[in-house]
Amino acid sequence: MEFEIFGNKDTRSGFGEGLAELGQTHPNVVALCADLTGSLKMDAFQKANPERFFQTGIAEANMIGMAAGMTIGGKIPFTGTFANFSTGRVYDQIRQSVAYSKKNVKICASHAGLTLGEDGATHQVLEDIGMMRMLPNMTVIVPADFNQTKQATIAIADHEGPVYLRFGRPVMPIFVKPDAKFVIGKADVLTEGTDVTIIACGHMVWKSIEALKALHEIGISAELINMHTIKPLDEAAILKSIAKTGCVVTAEEHMMNGGLGEAVSQVLARKAPVPQEYVAVNDTFGESGTPMELMTKYHIDSPDIVEAVKKAISRKGIII
Amino acid sequence: MENKELAGIASQVRRDIVRMVSAVNSGHPGGSLGCTDFLTYLYFEQMTHNPAQFSMDGKHEDLFFLSNGHISPVWYSVLARAGYFPVAELGTFRKLSARLQGHPSTDKGLPGIRMASGSLGQGLSVGVGAAQVKKLNNDPSIVYTLHGDGELQEGQIWEAAMYAAANKVDNIIATIDDNGRQIDGDIDQVLSLGDLGLKWQAFGWEVLRMDGHNFDSIRSTMQAAKALTGKGKPIVIIMKTEMGQGVDYMMGSHKWHGVAPNAEQLEAALQQLEETLGDY
Repeated sequence: MEFEIFGNKDTRSGFGEGLAELGQTHPNVVALCADLTGSLKMDAFQKANPERFFQTGIAEANMIGMAAGMTIGGKIPFTGTFANFSTGRVYDQIRQSVAYSKKNVKICASHAGLTLGEDGATHQVLEDIGMMRMLPNMTVIVPADFNQTKQATIAIADHEGPVYLRFGRPVMPIFVKPDAKFVIGKADVLTEGTDVTIIACGHMVWKSIEALKALHEIGISAELINMHTIKPLDEAAILKSIAKTGCVVTAEEHMMNGGLGEAVSQVLARKAPVPQEYVAVNDTFGESGTPMELMTKYHIDSPDIVEAVKKAISRKGIII
Repeated sequence: MENKELAGIASQVRRDIVRMVSAVNSGHPGGSLGCTDFLTYLYFEQMTHNPAQFSMDGKHEDLFFLSNGHISPVWYSVLARAGYFPVAELGTFRKLSARLQGHPSTDKGLPGIRMASGSLGQGLSVGVGAAQVKKLNNDPSIVYTLHGDGELQEGQIWEAAMYAAANKVDNIIATIDDNGRQIDGDIDQVLSLGDLGLKWQAFGWEVLRMDGHNFDSIRSTMQAAKALTGKGKPIVIIMKTEMGQGVDYMMGSHKWHGVAPNAEQLEAALQQLEETLGDY
């Protein structure tokens, strides 16, 4: 269960590198940003392709509407702002002009979740996965690290249809291989195991990797799945894994309501009910603090995954 | 096209509108009737477009986006009469599984429609985006949008207005249906827009005005607007209209914004509107 580490970087930089590469390979890719070019790492694309970069100012609704309009005529618009302003602030614009109208817009959202840190709850969106996965026609992707975010950014350019791509701010270890192929809707099984299935997305994949060591020490064999695509969800991967393990822990930097865990629950309830525990934020707003302090306080850290695993395993075979 | 011919088409479109909304006892006749002359002129004289072979991308065609999507009846009628889809399909308006949804959508592939609208305030952004792409594609054609005056209460309109002027999006012509009314009453009673012309001017737009029920006024203003494209500023036309124009009992009130005439009222309306091209 040794993971090769390829350095430490933030996922938003993976987006920036992916977008810059698309600037060279995809002449129809255009980018829009609402006054957060530096934060989203869109500078490289902007510098190399000034005629294809559109600074909209602090006007996210207009940015989404413009992006939808830009698909008419064959462009592939990538919008960039914080996750909070990419979703809740512009939900109706996304709903009508992007999702319902089936426009080929890529909504790229940084600084998602608690790990935005010190800016506090106004900026720490924990509901965005839920909002986006409720929209028909929307694909929802939450890559796990720098490499995967870069690979996903490139992959969505060739996917026809609306996409929500969620990433974040903190510097985290890189464990996805630099040459890995990103397949939308196809989960990555990182470790095979027999006692429990851990299904995680985003930064919580690394937190789950950290938990694996502690679990191994107490003799628990965990199968870890990086569920980078929340919608469409890789049901086959879930069902195959729980057929071996018989219980699930989901881990996400998101509200328990509406997120990855709930998506997995829908599969389990309908196809193969087994015990599930949730590592997620439980119906509360965040606050200011360092990313790691917040993960600890709001119980989405690796020790929380270990506890959830123990609980899930203890519930196996109990009939109420 | 002669004014007389345009007026004939407009009369038929108005018949279509009242028949469509009456048949399903829902829909928005007031604003539809008020924008009939404008949309007739736009589709039958102003725009370069290809009704026989609709393409979503509309390259080298003028584009039109209806931002105030609730006046779908007039748009559907004009599109059908212009040849985008069979006129008979107007009879499916607002019915289950129809391509003619209550508010315009791309969902079921109705030719002529490139964007859903209904939730107000979004169409100017869409038009500005499409206009930017026309420039990127070296496509000299023009993007037209239509907005309700009440719709201008939405903040997104002014985000788009600011963007378009700051970025010299000079290949867009937005038209405002200035009928002075919205669902709850007169606009000045609900939420006054203040001096609309000065507002657009202050936002950096070229402002024109026209009488939306006079084809000479529409023609000269639309030609002037077209001549102003490519000169560094976006263009807006404040179009004076009467909600319910052409049906006497619907005019002069906000009451018929979203109410359909019953059978008796429909008959009274049709008495006032000549059948020129054959009812669907």
